[in-house]
Amino acid sequence: MATKKAAPKKTAAKKSVNRKTAPRKQPEVPAFTSDEDLESYKMMLTIRRFEEKAGQMYGMGLIGGFCHLYIGQEAVVVGVQMASVEGDQMITGYRDHGHMLAMGLDPKGVMAELTGREGGLSRGKGGSMHMFSAEKHFYGGHGIVGAQVSLGTGLAFANRYQDNGNVSFVYFGDGAANQGQVYESFNMAELWELPVVYVIENNQYAMGTAISRASAQTDLSKRGVSFNIPGEQVDGMDVRAVKDAAARAAEFCRSGNGPFILETNTYRYRGHSMSDPAKYRAREEVNRMREEHDPIEQVKARLLKSKKIDEAGLKEIDAEVRTMVTEAANFAQESPEPDPSELWTDIIEEVQA
Amino acid sequence: MSIEILMPALSPTMEEGTLAKWMVKEGDEVRSGDVIAEIETDKATMELEAIDEGRIGKLVVAEGTENVPVNDLIAVLLLDGEDATAIENIPSSTTAEKPDAPSTERAAEAAGSEAVPAPVTAVVVSDPEIPDGTEMQSTTVREALRDAMAEEMRADENVFVMGEEVAEYQGAYKVTQGLLEEFGPRRVVDTPITEHGFAGLASGAAMAGLRPIVEFMTFNFAMQAIDHIINSAAKTRYMSGGQMTCPIVFRGPNGPAARVGAQHSQDYSAWYAHVPGLKVVAPYSASDAKGLLKAAIRDPNPVVFLENEILYGRSFDVPETDEWVVPIGKAKVLREGSDVTIVSFSMGLTYALEAADKLAEEGIKAEVIDLRSLRPLDTDTIIASVQKTNRLVLVEETWPICGIGSEIAAQVQEKAFDYLDAPILRISGKDVPMPYAANLEKLALPSASEVVAAVNSVMYR
Repeated sequence: MATKKAAPKKTAAKKSVNRKTAPRKQPEVPAFTSDEDLESYKMMLTIRRFEEKAGQMYGMGLIGGFCHLYIGQEAVVVGVQMASVEGDQMITGYRDHGHMLAMGLDPKGVMAELTGREGGLSRGKGGSMHMFSAEKHFYGGHGIVGAQVSLGTGLAFANRYQDNGNVSFVYFGDGAANQGQVYESFNMAELWELPVVYVIENNQYAMGTAISRASAQTDLSKRGVSFNIPGEQVDGMDVRAVKDAAARAAEFCRSGNGPFILETNTYRYRGHSMSDPAKYRAREEVNRMREEHDPIEQVKARLLKSKKIDEAGLKEIDAEVRTMVTEAANFAQESPEPDPSELWTDIIEEVQA
Repeated sequence: MSIEILMPALSPTMEEGTLAKWMVKEGDEVRSGDVIAEIETDKATMELEAIDEGRIGKLVVAEGTENVPVNDLIAVLLLDGEDATAIENIPSSTTAEKPDAPSTERAAEAAGSEAVPAPVTAVVVSDPEIPDGTEMQSTTVREALRDAMAEEMRADENVFVMGEEVAEYQGAYKVTQGLLEEFGPRRVVDTPITEHGFAGLASGAAMAGLRPIVEFMTFNFAMQAIDHIINSAAKTRYMSGGQMTCPIVFRGPNGPAARVGAQHSQDYSAWYAHVPGLKVVAPYSASDAKGLLKAAIRDPNPVVFLENEILYGRSFDVPETDEWVVPIGKAKVLREGSDVTIVSFSMGLTYALEAADKLAEEGIKAEVIDLRSLRPLDTDTIIASVQKTNRLVLVEETWPICGIGSEIAAQVQEKAFDYLDAPILRISGKDVPMPYAANLEKLALPSASEVVAAVNSVMYR
């Protein structure tokens, strides 16, 4: 039982790697406006409550197979999403529910996909790990660790090919960061100056393996050094820091400077999946992260301090969020299973000769 | 309204477990995330966390209880302001309602052919008519492939080609010769030697709306990339419920070349033909190479396009028109005959056609069918021929186990058993890694004389 402590490093931003006009690291985390605080609070809370409900429904046998919860990591996707513009693409691995909610997809469609029902985003044929939204430029939802990195680099290739000014945000974890195709992609992205922000969600554990047990270089922001890709570490529990760093990274890519690596140091409170008892880390470590670094509590404290909203106002938001999640859960149970004929659809698009 | 805490399923297969220990007692205040119990599953001891905030109103199942079914009520949580009277009526144990029909039953139902018949394959028309007056031009397979790419790149700005040595080197086998000059480096992209990476990158670009043609220097190297061909390209449409497509062509030489040894001499036809969500094409002639590659580039689905290095230099007549598009999924009768049907594809046809010539000298009329497409497989054309000849020999360079021949033999005996006058015979590559020595290599490959022998056997001669 290796319980090596690998708590997220604090903001300690590493200096960007030489070359080009790498973004300047801000000395302080820029403050959010009260509106930004409120916006991020609502979205992070939505993700947390959604995931808690998903965990509960998994426990009731309504969700099958694998189910990977995002609880604890909410600030990463919410912060990055606040830095994106219309048309930017997003792609990630299998811990993908939060990403879809942050992109504005209806929780009902996501939850109904988890229950494998007709109302799901993929009409029940994808499941927790395989969801997509062409409309929102969400390219999945991929179950093969690291595959999304090559695919996401291809999204950036299309952006450059079409010269559309968009950036592709490619999310992967500290585990995927050791896959070979990640470095094949880094090489091509830099070679062809593709507009891609690699968002590494370093939640400290690749399934049950602490990063220090799997990675020779644990500063993942440096993983682009041999390709001349600049990188930066950011406190992934602070949504302001994530948004700020992501905005600078996106601007760097959008301006034609090639790719950028953003390592967000974050933490997942739950096990790798629902069937993981998480015995490889100490309970105290989890508790310390929750008590001292919780991304939602941080914003909540700021909101109360700023008097933008009072306790009663927050309770109202909580109630709204809970209602939305409950409605999604109800929809996901009431929506019928896909029609048996769905077995044979969407395999090949028939072509008229 | 109080909250019911149910026995959770903590693994995909868990149906019951032991409530090993309560970490809270009645009356305790709990917050979301607090550990309230330890539950033993068949695999591990797991902690159960509270999801909602409140006060433990009742512990319904005592700690140490074994075989607690998933979804049984184990405790009740009182919310803000509720008192114990709210839960007086809760029985000591209830079973939560199970969700609808387990999906396994549905799957079994679906497997029944009556309940959910597999869709009838769309009828594909045969080769397009060649308009009167169209000139035929003797063209090598290599040039035909290049012409197909060039024509489609002229027609659609989103079509581009990428791969190792496709641009400045003009193609490792010179198939992309001249494309860089005409289309420039934006659309003719030299990649690093990084098959896994560029197959994934191109698949992503296809999902984003481009029409990539990925050249593998040979399909042997595509094994490094096969995860993206199958898991990313072939399955995306299904997994996304039809929302997302991956219109991409993976092409390059496949199968044994000559004297290059085991790692450069393998036929992957059966590997890709196995995969739903892909189309798989393996042309023999230059006109089919051109017409099918144009169809593949225009196809909205991922297409694996298997060429053959030895055929690259062979010349065939190709109609001189930009609109020569051969539909995918349709076999072609290369030579008509009434005594026996020989089915093959790609390089296998050189053995089949040579055998047919020899057999003709002996007065045996062999019908030779070029499959051209391996998925979808045109079994109708094969069966129509077998109904006429009543005898079938299958020829391929693929390994015999689970090969294309195995599949055809299975389908023909299912669908045309009564028409067969002899067992179906398969001639294939031998079941060994390809040897280097010239004599051994020759033995490992099929030969025309083996085909002749097989035909004699099914004709009981």
